[in-house]
Amino acid sequence: MKAILTLDNLASGLVTTIWTPVFVAIFLAIIAYAFWPRNKAAFDDAASLPLREE
Amino acid sequence: MVSGSVFFQRESAMPQPSISKTMTTGESGLAFIFAVTAFLCLVASAKALDAPFAFHAALSAAASLAAVFFIINRYYDRPASLPPQEINGRPNYNLGPIKFTAFMAMFWGIAGFLVGLIIASQLAWPALNFDLQWIQFGRLRPLHTSAVIFAFGGNVLIGTSFYVVQKSCRARLAGDLAPWFVVLGYNYFILIAGTGYLLGVTQSKEYAEPEWYADLWLTVVWVCYLLVFLGTILKRKEPHIFVANWFYLAFIVTIAVLHLGNNPALPVSVFGSKSYIVWGGIQDAMFQWWYGHNAVGFFLTAGFLAIMYYFIPKRAERPVYSYRLSIIHFWALIFLYIWAGPHHLHYTALPDWTQTLGMTFSIMLWMPSWGGMINGLMTLSGAWDKLRTDPVLRMLVVSVAFYGMSTFEGPMMSIKVVNSLSHYTDWTIGHVHSGALGWVGFVSFGALYCLVPWVWNRKGLYSLKLVNWHFWIATLGIVLYISAMWVSGILQGLMWRAYTSLGFLEYSFIETVEAMHPFYIIRAAGGALFLIGALIMAYNLWMTVRVGEQEVQMPVALQPAE
Repeated sequence: MKAILTLDNLASGLVTTIWTPVFVAIFLAIIAYAFWPRNKAAFDDAASLPLREE
Repeated sequence: MVSGSVFFQRESAMPQPSISKTMTTGESGLAFIFAVTAFLCLVASAKALDAPFAFHAALSAAASLAAVFFIINRYYDRPASLPPQEINGRPNYNLGPIKFTAFMAMFWGIAGFLVGLIIASQLAWPALNFDLQWIQFGRLRPLHTSAVIFAFGGNVLIGTSFYVVQKSCRARLAGDLAPWFVVLGYNYFILIAGTGYLLGVTQSKEYAEPEWYADLWLTVVWVCYLLVFLGTILKRKEPHIFVANWFYLAFIVTIAVLHLGNNPALPVSVFGSKSYIVWGGIQDAMFQWWYGHNAVGFFLTAGFLAIMYYFIPKRAERPVYSYRLSIIHFWALIFLYIWAGPHHLHYTALPDWTQTLGMTFSIMLWMPSWGGMINGLMTLSGAWDKLRTDPVLRMLVVSVAFYGMSTFEGPMMSIKVVNSLSHYTDWTIGHVHSGALGWVGFVSFGALYCLVPWVWNRKGLYSLKLVNWHFWIATLGIVLYISAMWVSGILQGLMWRAYTSLGFLEYSFIETVEAMHPFYIIRAAGGALFLIGALIMAYNLWMTVRVGEQEVQMPVALQPAE
């Protein structure tokens, strides 16, 4: 059967395909957040959070 | 027997202002709901179509009445105002429900290890089922898996999560009755599920055996658990949400999604225990193993990683090795684990691309798993010498080593050609137990050894020497168990696939069963050692609570301001 490009299958194709780049982008953003130099002090501080509590 | 006073203590000794005492909406509402439930359960019990359902309905009626009694009794016993959030500027932590889960974890742990030993012995000596239907392997096996995973592991997770979220948020647990509803309701679910297996009530879905009514009850309890946990995070005094809480939250949320996804079933009758799952065939299989593998990923991994990230720094008195790595560890694990389920269905009717997808994501899981393991182990930087003197820390660290080992083995077994040899053999059982006994078991033991002195306000454990005995006996047990299963599994796999020169199968099935016999005995011996270790632990914890020295409370005035 010849594939016909309709709004319907374009939309469903897009919805099923879009997750890969979206998730990859979110994950890359998380890595950037984790390694952002300005966040370093806050993370170093959080690392010893269990030792500080009363 | 444990008297109530072990768990319930007056929350505060503060003078109570003279206000008139009334029931809270939660108390009266919940008492009313349980009274109605008791009535409905009584009706269901009378109209039941099968005996196990009648038993469960009657039990639930009794439990509901007990709940009404508990709520009203507790109301009369308590001071007019609810426990304060803070006393003298310090959080007034709610430790009662945590004590209860610590006790139940130990109880279910020993029960679960014992049933495991019984079924291991039945496999070596089949006559041990005594031809009684209630103790057949098929009924005891889900009892064993549910008791160790959901009863032992679940109580450890709920208890430690209630402790960690309070401490790391510096806030009292949200809710008054709600935390008790969660811990008691969860253990009641275990009771219904476990007695159901013995009576032959099962959905026949691995790790999701409880029937529809138990599933509905668990849904209510679990949503309440989520609300208590979230509520505590929302009122935190510490601005940062510590990484352990992220792992706990992922565990709670994902288990809710998995439970709802895998259990939509239509009961044959609302007065009977039997139900049918709404989808059949390969869809059901795919859903089941999406559930099953993520129960491993989010119950047995994410939840216990939360324990690792809190208890190891605390016990070693060192900060988390790399907080950045912990963030990446968390998100990588979350993004990848959810796709790995299809590796349980290699060479089945599942589409080939789906199998390959499951295998690919399983292999990618090496990265976050080992990242997390390295983060846990390296937290000991500068404190390695403590491994020599502190058997509790050693237990925690060895658990992380087992985590690394079994998360190396798992992805390897998910590779299709490896799986063609390993699947359906004892190799899988060996793999699961290196994770379950080594990782989940040891990290739980380590956490309980820390938690019990903390929540009962003791200076330390009754005996570190006994912890040392527990450690070595249990480690020997694990080594016997997993090495026996590796050998027998690979032997089994090779025997199944052996052909003669004429193209016939070389061995009949019963010949492969006979070949397993010595390994089954070794496995049972390993399980027995693990059980003995747990009994030593129970004695040690019991003595810690009973005769342990009270930690002297520092006068509040001497506390430095935060």
